[in-house]
Amino acid sequence: MTPWQFFAGHRTEILEATAAHLSLVVISMAIAIAIALPLGMFIVHRPALRNIALGMASVFQTIPSLALFGFLIPIPFIGGIGRRTAIVALVLYALLPILRNTYVGLTGIDPAVLQAAEAMGMTNTQILWRVRLPLALPVILAGIRTATVITIGVATIAAAIGAGGLGTFIFRGVAMVSDAVILAGAIPAALLAILADILLARIERRLKVT
Amino acid sequence: MNAQASPLPEAIIRFDNVTYSVRGKQSNAIIDAISLEIHAGDTLVLLGRSGSGKTTLLKLINAMLSPQSGTVIVQGRATSEWDVIRLRRGIGYVIQEGGLFPHFTVAENIALVPTLEKWDPARISKRVVELLAVVGLDPAEFTIRRPHELSGGQRQRVGVARALAADPPILLMDEPFGALDPVTRAELQREFSNLARRLGKTIVFVTHDLREALLLASRIVLLQSGRIVASAPPREFLHINHPEVKAFASSLDAVAGATS
Repeated sequence: MTPWQFFAGHRTEILEATAAHLSLVVISMAIAIAIALPLGMFIVHRPALRNIALGMASVFQTIPSLALFGFLIPIPFIGGIGRRTAIVALVLYALLPILRNTYVGLTGIDPAVLQAAEAMGMTNTQILWRVRLPLALPVILAGIRTATVITIGVATIAAAIGAGGLGTFIFRGVAMVSDAVILAGAIPAALLAILADILLARIERRLKVT
Repeated sequence: MNAQASPLPEAIIRFDNVTYSVRGKQSNAIIDAISLEIHAGDTLVLLGRSGSGKTTLLKLINAMLSPQSGTVIVQGRATSEWDVIRLRRGIGYVIQEGGLFPHFTVAENIALVPTLEKWDPARISKRVVELLAVVGLDPAEFTIRRPHELSGGQRQRVGVARALAADPPILLMDEPFGALDPVTRAELQREFSNLARRLGKTIVFVTHDLREALLLASRIVLLQSGRIVASAPPREFLHINHPEVKAFASSLDAVAGATS
């Protein structure tokens, strides 16, 4: 069976898996952004906390993804088989690039600009929202882009703990020793990653000043 | 402001035995027990080599730094007793390279303090146009530009306009023309010296350039290792018998020697 024949025969199934995959990624990314962005803003003026937060996010990132899914299964409330566990793991995985870029973006601003802002009588909150954040936005978005591409890839492994998505085809294909079935999962996943990358890069460019 | 009709004008800024050091160690003080009075309407130039403490002295005025000992009194109140935000909004600040916000237009940059002070929009835009004219930029052309679309000299002009926006009585300038090419610098110095005379603000101006000091100052204060070693009006300054004054004067001679 050629990949093409398999694709044609399983069109709806592949589309459904792609949709499930995409929803896994979107939900995980939304949660990861909701955690990492405020946290990154919070640690700008708190060096002690910064090391802890960045350190923990780095640790999550070093755990091999399959192992991370495995570790989470026995944990009550967040663990078990299925989408919820997968989302928790994907969120943990996506935290570091977003958190790191948020922090780097917010702190990597021209000192002359920050000094002027302070000297003009802006409060720290005003400096954060009106100066640091708008200027850091392209860097933060670059972090979100990296995290999104990683999440699309890692989400294929989530099928191993019954979360569905495009990984289902990949695992099934491996078990069946069928390239066609593997490709039915791998190609749409790769396309998703490329599309997300292009789209987010375009937004990033638009936000860049100077 | 207190416009008392006293025989001696009240100092608008006063340093009372002020010491500032980095880690609270008296031994390596950046500012070493300085006392200094700056009167309303003065253009006081703080002259000195790099590391002499002139920028530090400037930052003590708007409480960007706080003294280890002694008091800095601005408009009759110690900086430690001021609400720093209120204090700073009443003091214009211009730095080298401008420090303009790159994501703001020229108009938004100039309107910064009025916006923070919640002026109504009509008054703000009127003020922006007025200020662009004051610093010699055509409002029609410049309001919607962004800082990266300006030359160095234009950026500094916008920086000055921004500092003047809310009409503060005091203006602090930290080597504002230091990064400009010599021709533009001379142009801006000339214009600024006229502007300063017209505005009647109290200006504290930091530079390491004696020519600039002589051109702009109503009084020059020379700093060396965190201490005041000379203080005089420009006319008398070069006649002071102090090695550091002579060192600065010889930098002028070198130029004169090369051109004669």
